[in-house]
Amino acid sequence: MNFLSGKSFQSVKEKAIETFLFLSAASSILITTGIVFILFYESSGFFKKVSIVEFLTGTQWTPLFSEPRFGVLPLVAGTFLTTTIALLVALPVGLITAMYLSEFAPLRLREILKPVLELLAAVPTVVYGYFALLFLTPLLQKFIPDLSGFNALSPGIIMGIMIVPYVSSVSEDAMSAVPMYIKEGSYAMGATRLQTAFRVVIPAAFSGIAAAFIIGISRALGETMVVAIAAGMMPNWTINPLEPVQTFTSYIVQVSLGDVPHGTLEYSTIFAVGVVLFFITLGANILSFFLRMKFRERY
Amino acid sequence: MRDKVKISKYLDAAFAITGLLFCLIGIGVIIILFVDLFMDGAPRLTLKFFSSFPSRFPDEAGILSAWVGSLLIMFITALAAIPVGVGAGIYLEEYAKKNWFTDFIEINIANLAGVPSIIYGLLALGIFVYMLGFGESILTGGLTLGLLILPIVIIATREAIRAIPQSIREASYACGATKWQTIRWHVLPYSMGGILTGIIIGLSRAIGETAPLVTIGALTFIAFLPSSPISSDFPFISFKWLFDSFTVLPVQIFNWVSRPQKGFHVNAAAASIVLMVMTLLMNGFAIYIRYRFRRKIRW
Repeated sequence: MNFLSGKSFQSVKEKAIETFLFLSAASSILITTGIVFILFYESSGFFKKVSIVEFLTGTQWTPLFSEPRFGVLPLVAGTFLTTTIALLVALPVGLITAMYLSEFAPLRLREILKPVLELLAAVPTVVYGYFALLFLTPLLQKFIPDLSGFNALSPGIIMGIMIVPYVSSVSEDAMSAVPMYIKEGSYAMGATRLQTAFRVVIPAAFSGIAAAFIIGISRALGETMVVAIAAGMMPNWTINPLEPVQTFTSYIVQVSLGDVPHGTLEYSTIFAVGVVLFFITLGANILSFFLRMKFRERY
Repeated sequence: MRDKVKISKYLDAAFAITGLLFCLIGIGVIIILFVDLFMDGAPRLTLKFFSSFPSRFPDEAGILSAWVGSLLIMFITALAAIPVGVGAGIYLEEYAKKNWFTDFIEINIANLAGVPSIIYGLLALGIFVYMLGFGESILTGGLTLGLLILPIVIIATREAIRAIPQSIREASYACGATKWQTIRWHVLPYSMGGILTGIIIGLSRAIGETAPLVTIGALTFIAFLPSSPISSDFPFISFKWLFDSFTVLPVQIFNWVSRPQKGFHVNAAAASIVLMVMTLLMNGFAIYIRYRFRRKIRW
């Protein structure tokens, strides 16, 4: 009865726990494998019927019409447009915020400002969508009469504000990690804080800041609800920010809201779009991961 | 020369003010957002709003099925993400040897944290809804969000464990404790603050998440509650509710904000206030725990 007692029971228990913990860690690989598998598996039906060339170069995206066209470029244009607007807001604001927090702000103020800025990323995206559609768009229409009710501009700006914390926190970490003696060297030469920040800290922290920018891009590409609510779900081969557009993500939402049956060509389009979105963000994420690694190794 | 110094000093001061203003942009947006929501939605925030089902008439519609759905989904999400996430974190910090496989898991988790949430929706649609046949159910929704917040929990657990000095573990081993005993009685309790913070931040992210749930087919018009977990027959506990269809607060908001009638926009604002308060409370609680534990423990 007690063949498992004492030491051997203990060691079996230890082994069992280690196995469970290992499986938990390995499950993350299972998730990635699952994502890649399901995206390819479900979109294979699509790519059998539509040539990749037509998919990547066509300028008409009307998969739900009776005469469907499958050119993904209008979605690319919409995604590119909203992402660019978001970055035009998030990069300067995020970088200046990070510079201020890391080089200028007194410690007490920094301790208060940082968690408050993090809240910007905690607000549910659907609430930002409401804000873009029913607050910012009417406000902008007072200055730009041509602005249509659904447009790329207003969700782009809101998305930009939303990703400021991602950009600022990663670049601030990078700037704070620059060793003090390098900064002190600059101060000893009589440089001001601003000169030190621009000529010493930013070049030294460059790969970290680049990583922050890329994280910002990846966030903006994958953001869904703000554009689904405020940009109008209309595929549009344009770069005019005043018109309604559709992004990769909001197309997936549009199809999911309807009654498209499982296994049809229309159904497989969302996975084809998902493949494109996944690999673009994957590339961005891996690039930013290695930039951060490189930065960490240096200091 | 003197002029140059003067200009530099002037620029330095100017930048300090600009930086502070940029930080205030973020805070300003949060305040405007709140004021806007309250002006639009506060009149609708009555008890009846919490106890009514959605309706075709905006004045009679409420969020009963939405907040019940949100709570149930959160329950499943926590159940799925906490053991696996904390387990994976412990494995990577305490057990994993430094080899290519560990590096691979690490890159993989960093990448999963950056995968757009809607891709998790596609994964769940392919695997949980169709392959495993869970359907568009509470179980599917909870597991989807569980996968989504897994990287957040893992990363937070690792950071918390990494902060514990090696000497604590050595003291425990010196008393004859096994590896798991050391983790169970020393490492885990001391890192609990950081782990809890990560879990709460993860759950607050999940409660506001809309896109993946829309993708797996969360319905927007649910005029019933899931079946009760307690049944009158043996064995008195029923798991039927796991397979009921559901809606959650953010999906309900999305539905209301997408409608043209003004009355539904008021509902969306009111429901947004509820969601924002929940999210901010969770974040505030997380910040509180972090500071409390940080003050209590000194090495």
